Amino acid sequence: MSLRIENLSVHHGAIHAVNDISFTVPKGQLAALIGANGAGKTTLLRTLSGLTKSSHGTAHWNSLNLLQSKPENSVRNGVSHVSEGKSVIPELTVEENLEIGALWRRNRKEMIESKKSVIEIFPRLGERLSQRADTLSGGERQMLALSRSLMSKPELLLLDEPSLGLAPLVVEQIFQSIRELTTSMGITVLLVEQNAMGALKIADVGIVLNLGKVAVSGSASTLMADPQVRAAYLGY
Amino acid sequence: MHNLKASNISRFFGFILFGVILLIVGNSVDELRVYQGATVAMYVVAISSIILLTGYSGQVSLGHGALLAVGGYGAALLRNNFNAPVWLCFAGAVLLAALWGALLGATAARLSGPYLAGTTLALAVGLPSIANQFKFLGGEQGLIFDIGLPPASLGEMFSLYKWFFWIASLAALISMWWLQNLLRSRYGRVWRAIRTQSIAAELAGIHVARSKILAFTVSAGLAGLAGALLSMTISTVSPGAFPLTLSFALATGAVISGVTTLGGVIIGAVTLVAIPEIADSIAHRIGASENVTNNLPGLLVSGLLILTVLFVPNGPVEQMKHRKKVHI
Amino acid sequence: MFQILNTFLIGITSGSIYALMAISMVLVWRSTRVVNFAQAGMALLSTYFGYEVVNRFDSYWLALPVAMISGAVVAAFIELVFMRVLLKHSNSGPIASIAPIIATLGLLGLIKAFIGFFWGNQDVNIESPLSTVGFSIGTQTLSLSPMKLLILIAVSMLLLVLTFVFQKTNIGLALRASAYAPEISRLAGIKVDLVRTFGWALAGAAGGAAGMLQTANGNGALSPDSLEFSLLLAFGFIAAVIGGLDSLLGAVFGALLLGLVLAFVLTYVGGSLVFITAFVLLLVVLIVRPAGLISQKAGRRA
Repeated sequence: MSLRIENLSVHHGAIHAVNDISFTVPKGQLAALIGANGAGKTTLLRTLSGLTKSSHGTAHWNSLNLLQSKPENSVRNGVSHVSEGKSVIPELTVEENLEIGALWRRNRKEMIESKKSVIEIFPRLGERLSQRADTLSGGERQMLALSRSLMSKPELLLLDEPSLGLAPLVVEQIFQSIRELTTSMGITVLLVEQNAMGALKIADVGIVLNLGKVAVSGSASTLMADPQVRAAYLGY
Repeated sequence: MHNLKASNISRFFGFILFGVILLIVGNSVDELRVYQGATVAMYVVAISSIILLTGYSGQVSLGHGALLAVGGYGAALLRNNFNAPVWLCFAGAVLLAALWGALLGATAARLSGPYLAGTTLALAVGLPSIANQFKFLGGEQGLIFDIGLPPASLGEMFSLYKWFFWIASLAALISMWWLQNLLRSRYGRVWRAIRTQSIAAELAGIHVARSKILAFTVSAGLAGLAGALLSMTISTVSPGAFPLTLSFALATGAVISGVTTLGGVIIGAVTLVAIPEIADSIAHRIGASENVTNNLPGLLVSGLLILTVLFVPNGPVEQMKHRKKVHI
Repeated sequence: MFQILNTFLIGITSGSIYALMAISMVLVWRSTRVVNFAQAGMALLSTYFGYEVVNRFDSYWLALPVAMISGAVVAAFIELVFMRVLLKHSNSGPIASIAPIIATLGLLGLIKAFIGFFWGNQDVNIESPLSTVGFSIGTQTLSLSPMKLLILIAVSMLLLVLTFVFQKTNIGLALRASAYAPEISRLAGIKVDLVRTFGWALAGAAGGAAGMLQTANGNGALSPDSLEFSLLLAFGFIAAVIGGLDSLLGAVFGALLLGLVLAFVLTYVGGSLVFITAFVLLLVVLIVRPAGLISQKAGRRA
């Protein structure tokens, strides 16, 4: 039971956005994928969820071939991707945003239960169920995006820059919630972040991406102690 | 610079040569073909007007029939009320349609894509019916547009259809020549810049709106000329001569020609004229019923349009160029 | 005073038919971001299916649902075998922005030719199932016949059903989500392609109803080149744009406004100006409120 990526390459036209990447995330672990702008992090996530076509290599979640599966089918198999930039639908209400995550199950009862359980995790959403999503603050939107993803009861979460554009205090809250997902619900998380420090702090393992290749990888604590990583990505 | 001039001159002679060939061909085929030749020339002008608008400045018009109508009525009014000479009628048609085009373009510059398409479509549905309402436009019957007999100096054997063919071909040659030069000028480059990179063009200091209006004006002027030519060949202008199907046919002709280049314009024009005849012969051969015979041309045109959009979206000429590049 | 009431009734009736047409354009726009100029042609085709039913079973009441269902089937079929291929083929290149427009025009031509093949170009007739003579109050005749009343009731019911589907059902939520944010919807597990097809089918059904009602509201004549359908095409588009193309409520509002304005112009100014009025109304809205009278998002770049 794990996320296994082998020799994965992705091209954007002539640009080699992801270049022969291999790594494994064991089940129940939180992996932080860090690196500068344009390192290929977002492309990698989009490829894993099926939004972007790969040119070479394989990627599996358990027995599911991620590269052959459309995004809407990957969700059905427990893989959920929260895309970059507070991926909520502003025109819909908070409740509707939650519900679309569980529509595919076609089960009213399960939907209501899932809603209840995510509201327990993020009570603030519960107070705003009938508001339109565009009335939420940045942090609340990120919570909503996470919750929508949880509505589909994922086993593997692919998170793209959940801290983007949020105030430091809110970032900390979001990171804590993500850690909780792994610790108490056993969800495997691949977390893409520019905020390398914050991400490594909560992660079990870290992978550093540079120009489409894996530069360094290892346990999060080792990476944080690595002088090169510190200098290049953590800024001290 | 010298090169440019040289190619200009050679192109000029190319046009002259083409004209001479037309003359010889025109003398050696029967009346029906000569008449069809005049129609092809009219379509060449009309289609190039759409290509200029769509392919070069990125605006869509589904209502060019309305602009053709403006030109046709303008020419007929000049002829009937002031007994203007034929060339002046055509010039008047161009100017009047261009004026309308400028007004329309000022509105159109604020719209894009489907909005512009729908607005021009609405115009094409409505304008002919407006002509019905005004007395001086002759109502449903419309107006007569008689350019008179060919000059006696051309000989007694010179038929009226051949006269139409001469006028239409000359008009088409002149406008294509002029248009080619225009597109190679600063304006042409500006239009292309707007079509491909509207925002970048604006940032580079191009007045996008003004350039779009200019494109609309020029296009409308050409459409007016085409309208006058069309009216000439059928000797009348009436609302019924500019139905919605004409506008659609012109858009089809432009797509079949390849909207991004003037080079294929003759393909579209010939296709539009040839399809009814091809359809006729097919229907005849398979002994089709009246319903099929009546609707086969529409089916062929629409089918061709869809196939073109699906498989050669940039038109046959661009496709061939592209293929050559790939092979070399 | 009585004339004002009558004009109002005429305007509301024709406006409600435009509303169905505008709704079908909005549904397609929302699901595929294509303004479907073949919509009126599709409506015409479904009306011909309705005509066949009237012809064989002599029942307008059977023909109306048949027209709606056949409209849905035709639209779903077109989306499945045609639009998907088209949008995949022409999503880049110089004419990417106009290719769908041109293609729907081609579709319109194909549908008309198809109709001509089977039914000919002459008028066929669908007789009005109810009296078209207006109710009378005292000595005066109201511009509200049993048929017009039926139209108003039928359209209101369809609107209610649509509103219910959109606001209260799962498929409605999926439709809205896919329209606003297809990518997020896919990531949430919604089969956006399937939802699109469903959106087209709904649009086709609305168009079928519009065609049947329009024919019965007019003189009952039906032909592939009929002006009624050109007007349905133009006015449906104008109404949808007035309302903002993205909003169903806006489409209904725009259509009723258009119907009323046109009716008053027809009665008090004259028939010659009806079309100009519609056109000017369209231009004014596009220039003054480019996002439509009812709209959530600004901007009209498509």
